[in-house]
Parts: sequence; C-alpha cells; structure tokens
Amino acid sequence: MTMTVRPRERLLFEGADWDFATLQRIHDACEEIALGGLGLDVYPNQIEVITSEQMLDAYSSTGMPLFYRHWSFGKHFAHHETFYRRGMRDLAYEIVINSSPCISYLMEENTATMQTLVIAHAAFGHNHFFKNNYLFKLWTDAEGILDYLDFAKGYITRCEERYGETAVERTLDAAHALMSHGVHRYAGKTTIDLRQEEKREQERRAHEEQMFNDLWRTVPVGKAKKAGDIGLEKRRAALGLPQDNILYFLEKSAPRLQPWQREILRIVRHVAQYFHPQRQTKVMNEGTATFVHYQIMNRLHERGQISDGNFLEFLKSHANVVFQPNYDDRRFSGFNPYALGFAMMQDIERIVTKPTEEDRAWFPDIAGRGDAMGVLRDIWANYRDESFISQFLSPNLIRRLRLFHLYDDPEQTEGVLVSAIHNERGYLRIRRQLSREYDIGWTDPAIDIVDVDLAGDRRLLLQHIVMNGCYLQEGDTKLVLQHLADLWGYDVLLQEIDGSSTVAKEHTASPRKIVQ
Amino acid sequence: MHIVDRRLNPRGKSLENRQRFLRRMKGAVQQAVKRSLQNRNIRDVLDGGEISLPIDGMAEPSFRRGEGGIADHILPGNRAFVEGDIIPRPPGGKGGKPKDAGEGDGEDGFRFVLTREEFLDVFLDDLELPDLAKRRLAETEEETPFRAGYSVSGSPSNIAVGRTTKLAMMRRVALGRPRREEIEALKRQIEECEDEVNRLALEAKLKSLTEKSRRIPYIDPLDVRYRRFENEPKPVAKAVMFCLMDVSGSMSEHMKDLAKRFYLLLYLFLSKRYKKVEIVFIRHTDRAEEVDEETFFYGPATGGTLVSSALAAMRAIIAARFDPAEWNIYGAQASDGDNAHSDGNLTGQLLREILPLCQYFAYIEVGEEGGDSSVSRSPLWMLYDGIRSEPLPLSMRKVCRRSEIFPVFHDLFQKRDAQSKVTP
Repeated sequence: MTMTVRPRERLLFEGADWDFATLQRIHDACEEIALGGLGLDVYPNQIEVITSEQMLDAYSSTGMPLFYRHWSFGKHFAHHETFYRRGMRDLAYEIVINSSPCISYLMEENTATMQTLVIAHAAFGHNHFFKNNYLFKLWTDAEGILDYLDFAKGYITRCEERYGETAVERTLDAAHALMSHGVHRYAGKTTIDLRQEEKREQERRAHEEQMFNDLWRTVPVGKAKKAGDIGLEKRRAALGLPQDNILYFLEKSAPRLQPWQREILRIVRHVAQYFHPQRQTKVMNEGTATFVHYQIMNRLHERGQISDGNFLEFLKSHANVVFQPNYDDRRFSGFNPYALGFAMMQDIERIVTKPTEEDRAWFPDIAGRGDAMGVLRDIWANYRDESFISQFLSPNLIRRLRLFHLYDDPEQTEGVLVSAIHNERGYLRIRRQLSREYDIGWTDPAIDIVDVDLAGDRRLLLQHIVMNGCYLQEGDTKLVLQHLADLWGYDVLLQEIDGSSTVAKEHTASPRKIVQ
Repeated sequence: MHIVDRRLNPRGKSLENRQRFLRRMKGAVQQAVKRSLQNRNIRDVLDGGEISLPIDGMAEPSFRRGEGGIADHILPGNRAFVEGDIIPRPPGGKGGKPKDAGEGDGEDGFRFVLTREEFLDVFLDDLELPDLAKRRLAETEEETPFRAGYSVSGSPSNIAVGRTTKLAMMRRVALGRPRREEIEALKRQIEECEDEVNRLALEAKLKSLTEKSRRIPYIDPLDVRYRRFENEPKPVAKAVMFCLMDVSGSMSEHMKDLAKRFYLLLYLFLSKRYKKVEIVFIRHTDRAEEVDEETFFYGPATGGTLVSSALAAMRAIIAARFDPAEWNIYGAQASDGDNAHSDGNLTGQLLREILPLCQYFAYIEVGEEGGDSSVSRSPLWMLYDGIRSEPLPLSMRKVCRRSEIFPVFHDLFQKRDAQSKVTP
C-alpha cells in the first residue's frame, strides 16, 4: 500500500474535534462534490447541532422539531431512553427532515469524521432524494410543513384550553389508531399546500363565528325528512364510497363530530400523509443517502481533504451501516434497507459502467450507458421501493446476497417450501416477491368503508379483503374499531371478506358515548 | 448553509409529554411504586428509580394482520437449499420462518425511570404532615451571609481597606512611583545646592518625579476591592425521626418487616418536607441502645422487654443532641405490645414527658400474619390508649399484614383541616 503524502493544509480537520468553522468547511467541501461532481439538486441546508437528550426528544415525536403534545410521545421517549441508558442501543447519528430548508440534526458527541459522514449522508443524500423523488413532490410540501406543524401545535393547545385535555386526548388517541388508514394512496387532482390548509381553517372559523346567531337555537325542529327512497348506489356515490381513507371519511361525514374534532382528524391525516412517501421509499431513500455519502467521502479522501486515519474511521462506520446478516445469523431481523439500497445502487453503477452479457440482456436500457450518476438520478426521481426492486434487482445481486424464497402454507404440515433460489429459474420470482414485500398496498391490510345506512341505524360498514387467509389481529382490531365507533357516533361493523367473497369473520363495536 | 446551535435550547421538550403519560398511567404507576418499595433500604427509596408498568392502558392499536395464513419470505444467505426443499418447522413455532425476526424491544415489561421527585409525588400523593402551623415555619429558610473572598465591585460600606491599600502599594512599587521622602530629599538638595548647573539638573529630576507621581496615583480605582458575601441557606427547623423498636424474642421477622415498612414510609414522608432529616435508631430489649440501620433491622438480639428503657434513651438523646426549639421531633415506635408489668408506670410517665416535645408520635403495634388488626389488649396498647385521651400528639394503630401498612400510614397522615388536632 502506498501512502500518498498530502499537503496538510488541504485537510478539512485533524483528529476528532470539530467546531462550527470546521462544520462550515466540511459542508462547503461536500457541497462542491455533491453539486459539481454528482450533479445533485438540493434544498438549502440548515444544520442543527443538538445533544443526545434532544436527539431522544426528536426520536419520540417522529423526528419532527415541533409537534403537538400527546402522552404517547412521552411513552416513546421513556422507551427509547431506557434502551439508550442501558447501552442496549445507540442513537441514530442523524435525523433529517423533509423541509425547505432541509434540516439535519447532528449530535454533539459525533467526531469530526462522523459529522462529515452525516452531512454527506443527510444534508446531500436525503436532501436530494426529498427534493427530487416523485412521491415526495406529489404528497409533501417541504416549504409548508414546519409552519403547518407550528399551526397544528398551536391549534391543539387552543383546543385543550377550550374543550379540556381529556376530550382532545381522546380524539387524538382515536385519530392515531386510524392513522395508518388516513392517507390517500392515489394522487387526486389537488396538490398539497399546507399553508393554504392553515389559512382555510382560519377562514372556516371566521365564517362560523360570523354566521353564528343564537336565535337559530330556538327555531323549532320539524320532523326529519325520510330518505328511504334514495337508492343504494346514489347514497354511496354521495358519500364517496367505497373509501379507503377512513380518517378523511370521518372528517367529512361523521355526523356527531364537533368542528374542532374534524380539524384534529385533519391534522393527523396531514401528518400521516406527509410521512406516507417515507414509508414507501425506505430502501431507496437510505440507499441513495448511503451511496451519496460513500461517493463524497471517497472523493474527499482522494483530494486529500480527509486523512487516512479519519477515512478508516469512516469505513468502519460505513461497514456497520451496510452490514446485512444472513437469515441464520442471530443478528438477523429482516433486510437492512441501508444494505439492500446501497448494494442496489452500486450494482446499478456497475451495470451502467461495466456490464456483463447477462446485464445487457436484463437491462438493455441502462447497461453500458456510461453515465452512472445520470441513470441513478433518474431512478431516484421516478421510482419507489416496490417498482425500484421489481425493475432493478439484478441476477448478479441476487446471487451475491444468495437470496431464496420460502413459501409457508399452514396446510402443508411437513414444513416450509423453498420455492425459489438464486438460479436462472428463481431470479424473476425472487425479484417479484421481494418487490411485493415493499408494496404497502400489499403489506398493509386493505380496509374500505363500503356503506353506511343513513336512513336506518346509521351503522358504518367496513370490509377487509383477506389475502392468503391472513385475518386481522383480533385484540388490536377490537380496540381500533372502538375508537372508530366513538368518532362515528354509531355502531360499526367490520367484515372480513375471504377470497370467495364470503364474509368469513365479523367485528362490531358500539360507541361508548359521544367523544366530547 | 446555515448552522444553528440548538444545544442550549430549553431542555426537556418531552417533559410535558412525559407528565401526560404519567398522569394517564397514574393508577398503574402508583401500584408499581408501592411494589418497588418492598425490597429497598430506606435511603435507597429516595433515589427514585426504575419501575415496570403493565402495557394495557397505554397500547396504541392499529389495524394489523394477525398470525396465520399463507406467508412468503425472501431471505438472504442461502447456502445449502435447492428449489423444492422442504424445511421442517421448528417444533412449537407456528410461523414457518426458520428464525423469528429478533425484535429485541418487546414492550410487555415496560420499564420507566421515575425521577426522585416524580417517585415521591406519586407516593405521597395525598398525604399531609400533622401540625400544619409549625410545618410552615419549618419550610422557610433563613439565609446567613458568610465571607467569600473579595470582588472588584460592591457597595462602599464593604470596601476592604487593607486589601485595597496592599494592592495600591504593589502597583506603586511595580510602576516605580517616587516616594514622598525621595521628593522631599530632592527638594532639600535643591535648596542646599549652590552650583547652578547641578541645580538645574536636580530641578529637572524633581519635575519628572512630580509628574510621575501625578501620573501614578496613590490609589487607583483598579486597586479597590470589596468584601464579598454569599448567602448560605440555613434551615430554621430540622427534623429528626426516632425509630424505636422492640427486638425482644417475641418479635418475629414478619413483625420487624412490618415495622421497617412503616419507618420507611415515615422517613420518605418527612424528607419530602424537610431538607434534612436525621434518623435515630433505638432498639431495645430490657435495655436500649442506639444502633445503625443494619443492626437495627437485622442484628440479632434477645432478652426481656422494658419499653421504658427505649423512651428513656430517646429522652436522653433529645436532651443531648436535639433541642426541641430547633428540631422538629418525630417518633415512631413499633412493638408487639409486650411490656413487663412492672414497667407500666415508668413508661407512661416517660411518654408524657416526651410527647410535648414531639411534633408527632406514632405507635404501631405489629401482630402475626393471621392476627386480627382491629383489637388489641396488649399491656402497652392499654397504657397508650389511656394517654391518648389527653391532648397529646399520639396516634396508634395495629397492623398484622403487609398490605395494611400503606392504608394505615395513609390513614394516619391523610390531609386534614388545618384546625383539627391529631387525635385519630
């Protein structure tokens, strides 16, 4: 190994210590490579130095710098803290927020090398991904999110003052339980604009206050009109049924909710929607960031801006991050998104620059194109985990990771079938199956609101389409349905529909009392 | 790019959420705190610490798929399998996965670390010290100033003259300010001098010296020092807790355990109200001795029973070390109720002497596990019962089971109106 002697003054830092001037130098050096060398396109960066306690704080409120108050965040804080204190788990080196400016948190305990890694990873890798990936462009509003969260926090505090902490807490509990079913999965005609959202709420309230006339309270109520003759189809169409966004439906149509409760559902729904793209792009997002930091760190080292010793420190952390234990390893707990993502990005780079015959056959569009960064930037912008894996997981990588497919049918008493391995017959099946595991549409239970009998007992009817004979978990479902019934104000019935469209199982819940 | 240092931001952003969580879990936390008290030393309890909470009541449910059904898994690291192999399921396991995903952080025994304050708050939720009037006094603190070196600023009345002149002298010497005698001597020389040239030189020298002395003042504002004082908080009232226990042969381990629990509660309770609580352990058989905590609870001892010996020891210790004007005195006595018949009069007499010195005196009569806590006809009980009718700060209870300790304590110290006397 030849050690190149480099002029010392080119080093960004020496040893492990850093100060704010160092951070600035690091950032500028990374920026030069990221924008000039890699052609990335990022939001302006804001780097915040925080303590480990603040990192725990950020952890427990889903990484957001400001969030409304709720007991569950206290619970998560306590939970993380216990693990951290006992040394059972390290804190993340960084948290990065999809906002403009893009905020990256750096822990003060990190060494200078780690700060460089984090800046390259978060402030450039994630930042570029947030700004360019189509899902984030479609579903999140980076400019508006911080203001919106500020509004949400203030709004919920005002609600607590006006309606009492208990009432607000109950509404939030219920909304959180339904959060996973509070997102629009398919793009509609509207784009997300959280600033408008906030303004609209203010206008709504101003309008209500303006229109309020106490006299209306004294107007005698006539007999309710009969709605019996409205046709079933018409009724469902009027309510926008079937609807898979349960929170949205409740916000619009639950008859007994107060206006402020609807607004809270709306807030929780917006937060869920904001995080929805992150759930669908874990592998890609981390893969991008890891690939970017690997590129930047290598180039910094080549240019002599990082010493050999510090570069070795980086390589050690990097190796830990992208470590993928095998299935029979004690440390195995599923795929590591960093490892899988990084491996795929590197594999794509290889296909673009040094393709084999097999690659040319499998990836005629990109094999041998030569411009690895251009191809990767295009992929980062236009795919999510599911489509990314189904298009770009190569036979080469399947062999390298020695992937295999287990088919587990409870009917089959002898055991679990190895239905595909890393060979010619298996590549496609493994790729299809793995991509499916990253499709939330496949992994999350599909539950729709299908009908409500407004003329009769107002019972809400939901259906769960059972796939592969996998029913909902009994205990949790009961609790969630209870929350749902409380918000709806009337009975709720959830049917689990088997493949042969017969009702295999039913869950019901009645409202405890009006959530008030 | 923008760098922000957030480290100095207000800490404990999650504090409010943490409080909400505790409030929501109040019942469970109280239970857990009580449980955790059982195996601790008196002083350890004050450190707060870890408690486990049951997870029901804080579950955050969501729609999830349950077990069962057909499942597919893609796994890395195949070495030996070929397509079509059947891998037997591990016995007992329902899922077909060769190894379950190692989710290390199951939440079933949810651990929560309470701070000392939170711990005591939960524990002493609705208890109140008897004798409120004196307690208020006890909570105020007096501050006495003490000398803490010198400072460069302060009020004129605090000028430290000695230090100031010393510093001025040092500066004058260092800067070479001419001394007065030197100038006088020079003046004399000039007067006496006859040689014109020499005189001019001397006058020039005098001029430079006077200028120098004007430039370098005798006392410069830089020299001035002030005496600095700092205030030391000094509790007006301190508290001492006397733990009296009968360790004669008739006291079983169970009874001692009951007594320990009671002392522990009382100590906790007192230390919540007073900055400093002394504990005096007095154990007695037919003679009394002051011992440390370890010996008190676990040291073996046998002998007859003379309660008066313990009371006499307490009286002597009060006289020697704890002036009632300065100390709030609390007594807690645990006994199985046995006392030598001949000792009755002396005991009663001593108790009547001690009680007026005390804020509060609690007598706990401990019985065997299966005993009846409602009645007691022991000699000591009968004796104390007689004294109880007098307006003295004495209260008494009989306890047989561990589970009764907390309610009894609770009962003795529950919040009362400020006026009501402590005669439960």
